[in-house]
Amino acid sequence: MIVGGGVTGVGLARDLALRGVRCVVVEKEDVAAGASGGNHGLLHSGARYIGSDPDAARECREENEVLKRLAPHCIEDTGGLFVAMPGDDESYVADFPSRCQRCGISVEPLPVAEAREREPSLSPEIVAAYAVADATIDPFRLALDNMAHARTLGARLLTRTQVAQFVFQGNRIATVKLTNTRTGDETTCTPDIVVNAAGAWAGKVAGLAGLHLPMVFSKGSMVISQERWTRRVVNRLRLAADGDIVVPGGTVSILGTTSVRVPSPDGVSPEIDEVDAIIDECSLMVPALATARYIRAYCGVRPLIEQGAQGDDRNVSRGYVLADHEGSGVANLITITGGKLTTFRLMAEKAADLVCRRLGVEEPCRTRREPLPESSEGRWSEAGRGARLWAKEADPGDSLLCECEMVPRSAVDDLVATLRDQKEGPVLPAIGLRSRVGKGPCQGNFCSQRITAHLYHRREVHEKEGIDGMIEFLQERWHGKRPLLWGQSLVQYEFQEALHCGLFGLELHAGRRRSEEGSP
Amino acid sequence: MSRHTPEMECRLAVVGTGMAGLSAALFAARRGIDTVLVGMTGPLVFSSGLLDLMGVHPLEEGRVREDPWEAVAEVRRDHPDHPYARLDPADMRKAMDEMVAFLGENGLEYRLDPHRNQQVVTALGTLKVTYGVPATMMDGARALRRKDPGLIVGFEGLKGFSSRQVAEALGASWPALRSCTVALVPSGTEVFSQQIAERLATPQGRKDWIEAVRPRLGDARVVGLPAVCGVYDGGAAFRAMREELGLPLFEIPTMPPTLTGLRLKALFEQHLPSCGIRCRFQQKVLKASMDGSKGLLLECGVEEPVLRVRCRGAVLATGRFFGRGLRADRKEVVEPLFQLPLHQPEGREQWHRRDFFHPAGHPVNRAGVVVDDLFRPVDAKGAPVVPGLFAAGSILAHQDWMRMKCGAGLAIATAYGAVQGSLRWLDR
Repeated sequence: MIVGGGVTGVGLARDLALRGVRCVVVEKEDVAAGASGGNHGLLHSGARYIGSDPDAARECREENEVLKRLAPHCIEDTGGLFVAMPGDDESYVADFPSRCQRCGISVEPLPVAEAREREPSLSPEIVAAYAVADATIDPFRLALDNMAHARTLGARLLTRTQVAQFVFQGNRIATVKLTNTRTGDETTCTPDIVVNAAGAWAGKVAGLAGLHLPMVFSKGSMVISQERWTRRVVNRLRLAADGDIVVPGGTVSILGTTSVRVPSPDGVSPEIDEVDAIIDECSLMVPALATARYIRAYCGVRPLIEQGAQGDDRNVSRGYVLADHEGSGVANLITITGGKLTTFRLMAEKAADLVCRRLGVEEPCRTRREPLPESSEGRWSEAGRGARLWAKEADPGDSLLCECEMVPRSAVDDLVATLRDQKEGPVLPAIGLRSRVGKGPCQGNFCSQRITAHLYHRREVHEKEGIDGMIEFLQERWHGKRPLLWGQSLVQYEFQEALHCGLFGLELHAGRRRSEEGSP
Repeated sequence: MSRHTPEMECRLAVVGTGMAGLSAALFAARRGIDTVLVGMTGPLVFSSGLLDLMGVHPLEEGRVREDPWEAVAEVRRDHPDHPYARLDPADMRKAMDEMVAFLGENGLEYRLDPHRNQQVVTALGTLKVTYGVPATMMDGARALRRKDPGLIVGFEGLKGFSSRQVAEALGASWPALRSCTVALVPSGTEVFSQQIAERLATPQGRKDWIEAVRPRLGDARVVGLPAVCGVYDGGAAFRAMREELGLPLFEIPTMPPTLTGLRLKALFEQHLPSCGIRCRFQQKVLKASMDGSKGLLLECGVEEPVLRVRCRGAVLATGRFFGRGLRADRKEVVEPLFQLPLHQPEGREQWHRRDFFHPAGHPVNRAGVVVDDLFRPVDAKGAPVVPGLFAAGSILAHQDWMRMKCGAGLAIATAYGAVQGSLRWLDR
């Protein structure tokens, strides 16, 4: 049993399934719902970590090459730039090429004029530039494709399912009690081995087995602009700090990040001061970002293991932790956490090696050589791709339900079928996670009702389910929009409130729902 | 702007063509004031056509009110800063009646019960509390009260409207409701409200529709459909459909852009000029300044000024953010035309709550222009800031029309108040 449907968990499921190990992934929300989806989708060259964590930098470099070869459909090989601004630490700038080389990271010094020719939106103020092998990766697609492949090999996925209790027999977990977070239904499972791949929630899962994992929760926030401002990843040439990276993502740019210590991985949101700091800092490198239109902010919680370090959480290792808890008295529990998106495959490989040793399976890892197959489920998550598919297939009856991101009815039908297949309710939030729905400038204003109407029409939802799904979806979008409400975005949101509250009265519906559930 | 830019002179200029501006121009013209009206009418197509007066109070309790005037009285008592507290309820009634009569005279009939709000079925399957209801929607409000067996009819290919959604979501409050979907265009083709409305405006289109619906009627004693019964024909298509069907019939307000909004737009564009108002519907006021001691100078156009309007007084009815009457940057909210002082929450952190659907609403939605009892914009000390300027509608501070469900009433009643104020100013 793998606890956690993040990219590490689903990567592990695929790795084990390829070695013939039957496994089930238990996920309390949905695939890639935590930090796996809450990041800027950067496939690190490793250069970002040469100063703080050379080992992690080396791992990134290796995995970057592996993934570009084996999962090219999830990756845009944009290349990356590191640029220094006046006042940046001169010795860090001077040592950058040699430090990169020490980690095996190839780096090409660029004359400033050439860097600006390659990226015209760069500030004329930049004083140094280097090209590296950064790329971008669609984390949702990556996770969905890993899980889809694992499923074709016999692995199972249980979403909306939480571990409630480990029942011990001696020093072994004999039975795992599971609860469905939507229905409250309880089931049990009797795995040979449990792998805790719960990311930021790994401490909580370990706690259910009576173990203590010293976790540190570091929230990172990001902002998405409506347009794509650079072709390449643009990094600030300094030790990692707030607002020092601009990552392209399909038709948009993603500005990141912050590092804010939070007491818990639950209930976090991007905050107004973080968003302002990110925009102010990133617009030093790309001045147009100061007045760009932004469509959404989001955040993720980095699962870091405390190593006694104080101060900036960026100094806590981004390397992963693989812990065999046999020594602590739980014979069949393993924890794999920490790390980063770029190294997810390596983490899965190491965890799978350990699982196989314990199970006596001698099959070697195949994910290092075998390409990741493309799944139909993952294909709607990439910005711009839905539009291309729709235009290519050009069926006049296939109308666009989300016009901003051009998601056609056929895509929604596809996703509904997949969700049904996975015993997941075909509600708007689950469709939103797997597609570009609601991710454009209107932020779900129109498509939320168009899709809801379609779901009712097809008898996929009943009674108030569809309306409840719409409320949940708009509320989720709101968290990402609230810090960005000025200028045109505020105009758009006022319209949304006039429509969904003023006319449709959804706030009254939400209020009645709350009071029926008995919470204030 | 060149020296040869055309000029217009008037006693009163109304800036803005939402419900507040249109009402102010109408009230002013009918009181013998020489009036110019400037503003783009395009956004009217986002209107639901419902005339709210006061639907929810207190917000924190989410209490939907049966008697709007009782709610108005309580709002005046509980929120002495609310624009309604600056009006005499008798004047508010006069204003509402005058507007409803004007709309009715010009082919857009409304029904209202002076002591009771109506509950209108929406395209989402929720209920919307409102005061004045287009005649084409009234049968629904009545049938809902009586829980009559009913049939909701959708259209194949019309996005954003599912008759099954309406029936399913209303299940608890209207159990005897069923649904069906009919095709007016070949199956699998996308269709827009306006196309359906054009079909239903013809006898053949209505016949086709009725033939498709009749076999599904069963025990239905009332039929509902999205708002597609004619665009702006004085209700002719609707009445013909109702008569040919032989059953009560009602329209359901849909996602914008709506035909209900289009009907309002067409009505005002056609009939305000015949009230003697000089209308510039395709321009907006780009810049405003004092015109010596004589009054105000407004420079109008789309991108560049192409017209100057010199006026003794003006009513500012430019709306909020959506109407561009207010503008926000990362730091604050501003009123861009006259740089009026605004009531507003301190900093962006205070603008919006973390819960989008929080029952109390978002503080930034109560930001706006503060006025005195004559609807003159005032500063923090309560002193008028621009001689001859009055403000009306949603730009006013201390109200949340979206949550209180008082949008049309606020527009119409404060327009009335601003025109009363203007009359005193112009008569000096």
